Amino acid sequence: MYDSGKIIPGLIIFVLFITIPIWYNRGAAGSVPKPVLPKDAKTCVLPAAEIRAEHMKLLNTWRDEVLRTGDRGTFEIEGKPYQKSLMMTCMKCHTSKKQFCDTCHVYASVKPYCWDCHIAPVE
Amino acid sequence: MDEKRRNFLKVAGISTLAGLGGTAVVDRLVAGSGIAHASGSAGHEVEAAKKSSGHGAAPDPSVNRYGMVIDIKKFQQDPSLGEKIVAACHSVHNVPQFPEKKDEIKWIWMTQFENAFPEKPNVYLDEATEKHQLPILCNHCDSPPCVRACPTKATFRNKDGIVMMDYHRCIGCRFCMAACPYGSRSFNWRDPAEFVKDANHIYPRRMRGVVEKCNFCDERVGAGKLPACVEACGESKALVFGNLNDPNSEIRKVLKENHTIQRNPSLGTLPSVFYIV
Repeated sequence: MYDSGKIIPGLIIFVLFITIPIWYNRGAAGSVPKPVLPKDAKTCVLPAAEIRAEHMKLLNTWRDEVLRTGDRGTFEIEGKPYQKSLMMTCMKCHTSKKQFCDTCHVYASVKPYCWDCHIAPVE
Repeated sequence: MDEKRRNFLKVAGISTLAGLGGTAVVDRLVAGSGIAHASGSAGHEVEAAKKSSGHGAAPDPSVNRYGMVIDIKKFQQDPSLGEKIVAACHSVHNVPQFPEKKDEIKWIWMTQFENAFPEKPNVYLDEATEKHQLPILCNHCDSPPCVRACPTKATFRNKDGIVMMDYHRCIGCRFCMAACPYGSRSFNWRDPAEFVKDANHIYPRRMRGVVEKCNFCDERVGAGKLPACVEACGESKALVFGNLNDPNSEIRKVLKENHTIQRNPSLGTLPSVFYIV
């Protein structure tokens, strides 16, 4: 190979450069987030696995039903009626946005725009 | 060579004719026989004509159309009432209070008669009308121009006849503001978050870059309550809210007993807000 003295170090530098994110963050992987669950409520509107994966879709469904269809019907959990509402249902149990919503959203670098308009509970 | 060109021109000519005439034929076939198609569209026109005659279609009692009657005389008798209803509305809906007039957000506000009814000019206006202001808000038109202008359907007319907004969809193009002949809409030029004092924690605020307006308290009406401004009037009956399509409702009784006017009815927007002058 001609110019192997230049090409091989060049290739090594190139590989090191494009893998910067991997070795720069090595060992710094954040621990899995542990959102603080409400103490007094035991059941959510959906089973834990489902609500974890689908809560954004559920919120969109609620929004469309309440706002566009005008269907404000309540649903019951353990005999208590609840409204389809982020501020009036979700945040009544999950009273801390910082300790619940933000833990996972920050970890996953998701930036939902809910809180541009919706008001988080006072902490 | 010559013959080939001749054939080519024939085929090209026939295909062009088929292409031009073909769509029309297919349309006819899809819509059934030509005669049925023609009579169908004629029937539609008659229906449309019926609908546009007079004040819209005859009210359908099975569908709600919420409306409001505003008694201007009551606001002249009690000048503090105006401030009360504006404050009630704006605190319930987290309407921001910007320091500069050009950023102002208004859902319901007080104005002079000549501003609310520019098509009714009067050089010899009576003293009470000249001195006092009257409340104006979104007219929740039966034929709302803002809804037609909105490219994302962020503004829509809901099943109760309320013209309302889905702020999630608003892209801030302000076509609706240009379309509304009553100036009922305000644009958030700045982020309203820090200008909402004592936020109501059961209603959201808005974000920068969206249009907002009165929603006839859809969230309260849906829960069986009266709009905040109507509630703020108390027993004075300065504002009467109800279903215009229900012939036995209180609002229809008030409309029957009083001569009322609407803001700029000649535009054909069919406002649902009526004024007792």
